[in-house]
Amino acid sequence: MAQMLIANRLGDGLVVFRAADGGWVESINAGLVIEDADEAERLLEQSRVDERDNKVIDPNLIAVTDEAGGLRPVSIREAIRAAGPTIAVDIT
Amino acid sequence: MALVIDGKLVAADPFVRIAAGAAVPANGAVLVTLATWTAQADSLAQRSDPVGVLLGSEESPAALADAVDKLQLIALDFPTFRDGRAYSYARLLRERYGYTGELRAVGDVQLEQLHYMERTGFNAFEIDSDDPVRDLEIANRDFSTWYQPSGDRRQAATRLRSGVRPAQDPSQDPSQDPSQDQEA
Amino acid sequence: MYRYDEFDRTLVDERVEQFRRQVEARLSGDLDEDRFKPLRLMNGLYLQLHAYMLRVNVPYGCMSSVQLRRLAHIARTYDKGFGHFTTRQNIQYNWIKLEETPDILAELAAVEMNAMQSSGNCVRNITADHYAGCAQDEIQDPRVWCEILRQYSILNPEFSYLPRKFKLAVTGAPRDRAAVAVHDIGLRMHLNDAGEPGFEVIVGGGQGRTPVVGKTIREWIEPEHIVSYVEAILRIYNMYGRRDNMYKARIKILVNALGIDKYRELVEAEWNEIREGVLKIDPAEAERIDAYFQPPAYEHMENLHAELEALRSADDAFDAWMRSNVVAHKVAGYSIVNISLKAPGKIPGDLSAAKMDAVADLADEHSFGELRVSHRQNLVFTDVRQGDLHTLWQQLCELELATPNIGLASDIIACPGLDYCALANARSIPIAQDIGQYFSGSLKLQQVGDLTINVSGCMNACGHHHVGNIGILGVDKRGKEFFQLTLGGSSDEHASLGDRVGPGLPQAEVPAAIERIVDTYLELREADERFLDTYRRVGMDPFRAVVYDDDTTDKEAA
Repeated sequence: MAQMLIANRLGDGLVVFRAADGGWVESINAGLVIEDADEAERLLEQSRVDERDNKVIDPNLIAVTDEAGGLRPVSIREAIRAAGPTIAVDIT
Repeated sequence: MALVIDGKLVAADPFVRIAAGAAVPANGAVLVTLATWTAQADSLAQRSDPVGVLLGSEESPAALADAVDKLQLIALDFPTFRDGRAYSYARLLRERYGYTGELRAVGDVQLEQLHYMERTGFNAFEIDSDDPVRDLEIANRDFSTWYQPSGDRRQAATRLRSGVRPAQDPSQDPSQDPSQDQEA
Repeated sequence: MYRYDEFDRTLVDERVEQFRRQVEARLSGDLDEDRFKPLRLMNGLYLQLHAYMLRVNVPYGCMSSVQLRRLAHIARTYDKGFGHFTTRQNIQYNWIKLEETPDILAELAAVEMNAMQSSGNCVRNITADHYAGCAQDEIQDPRVWCEILRQYSILNPEFSYLPRKFKLAVTGAPRDRAAVAVHDIGLRMHLNDAGEPGFEVIVGGGQGRTPVVGKTIREWIEPEHIVSYVEAILRIYNMYGRRDNMYKARIKILVNALGIDKYRELVEAEWNEIREGVLKIDPAEAERIDAYFQPPAYEHMENLHAELEALRSADDAFDAWMRSNVVAHKVAGYSIVNISLKAPGKIPGDLSAAKMDAVADLADEHSFGELRVSHRQNLVFTDVRQGDLHTLWQQLCELELATPNIGLASDIIACPGLDYCALANARSIPIAQDIGQYFSGSLKLQQVGDLTINVSGCMNACGHHHVGNIGILGVDKRGKEFFQLTLGGSSDEHASLGDRVGPGLPQAEVPAAIERIVDTYLELREADERFLDTYRRVGMDPFRAVVYDDDTTDKEAA
């Protein structure tokens, strides 16, 4: 099962995904997809180090699928976190 | 773990904490549990050395209402800093039961809660900090004014607004020194 | 409106600087998240799905045009250009950065606003009747007591680490527009036998997982004792409220466990010790604060019945707006105007920065530079000259803020839901928009009449669904968004909690189910019964029957 690591960045609260180089990126499509369950656990542990280092808050693993439009979390909640609110905002 | 009493770091705690159920030594200042105090109040009260009682967060200070004159230390436990019961206990001990001895906060005590602890009447802190005196200074610097009167007897904004001076304020203890009406 | 004196300003400024220090400690790691979280919550800062959310207090719903312009500036400068007005008369921003929050709070402090205790296990923003001071049925303007209680509760050292959050609501009128019966403490003004105004004190109401209508702990108390009485209630709660389980930590649980009689006994015993002490409200201080709530410089005018009738006859749209959005004022020649933030297709309670500025200008022009936030997520101009009503209506139409739906079916209360909130199970806003579209014609709205529809995205009930005539609760069923319906709730002085209709419906079926419920009401109603009246008369069966047909029951059983 394909997974990714998601968290909120401490300073600005934005949703970020762990990238291959260990950094945290805002775009889900720039994040690292992890197929192996053991690898996922190992990277989750490393993410907790980032949490202790005050870079991110509450890292956790989420299931994702690879669709035509790009990567998409399986759960509604995480999909909304990745793509933003589902309703258009009127700022006129 | 550091101990600060009345703003000063104390190198060694004069009180020895006696675990629940353990025998109380004949001499020396002791800090006992409420259960021990309740069981041995008479003999403990007759000690020439100081006696203190440690209340757990679920133990109401009403149990000590009649004993405040016999105690030199009351310690109130904060099992977690989120457990705010001891703030009420402190106020009751100071304002309702008239306790004037050392009121010590123990347990999960840190900088960010010191100001409220002082305001509710604590004057001693067992705190896990590298520089507890500095922590107290930071906590005291945070606020110079507040809306409510509380266990420390310092003036609140509502009183200061009407220009009431402590000597005229019927709620103040008339024996208190009126020159200490405001603190920085 | 209350204006800060040197003490208020110092307090708010010092809290901002304290928070700045705490944020720096968090960013550097001196404070970890576990220790920092309660501190940031006590300044209204949540971590939500997309970013930090900042909740700013609008004390008992009152603000000035200057303050509204500052709220617009915050939205533009630090957020994405809009804000959301809530069921507790606050405003929320969804895209806030922790690093910028101290600066935001400083900008708010400069216009006498703050976010102190808008979250956290402490006393929250005190809400009140949004028509306070102007309603015809009001016994006494409660705002002086709201401000006194606000100051008493802010940075209160004894009550900043309560078992759980604590909410007060106050009404000065017998008609309860502040939902006091479903708050931790509700204060409702009454006259005693001697004709003196005082408060009925209601305790232990609440929504959430275990909704309950509050119980009267004291039938009547002099206003001068209200602070000491609240302190007694808070102290008993602080000492005896449950700390072992956050879902069982509200005062309503304690009151239920002890029974109201025992709880009253404990509170009255405590109160007797303190009632004559420092908390007895000094008349001079009450006078000082009450001076800020004196009526504005009303002109002496007549009610403009004939003129308004003529305008209404000439224009159906103006007539509809007058009927639903404009309320009688206690001073002749003036009216109370509700500004609907529920236009079709819009997000309930949201307002853009540009429109905030426009509304601020209108407040200056038409309502002495002041306005209110109502717990229905709308705004209110409380003092509009009747001669200006038609002009104001036209100006509001330009801004899409004149939907004639206050208290009607499309005046839907909806929490932000899963589109924004980390606690939610389901999205509230799309459901609210879909239902609102069905009722978007003013003829339909007026035909249906008074009907409150409330949507909550989770059991925390920020949408107040338990007290909606129709309540809609989002639940997560096997990863899909389902919605449970309740009927018969009411937040007024005859408060009631809604009854569950049955198993949850998938999102796509909810608007149609609501339509069938409303159509059933239209078929069954007698005389001028409101929806709530018909429901109370005929009960659940006719409604349940139309909500569930064979298709939906099969889905539930699967």
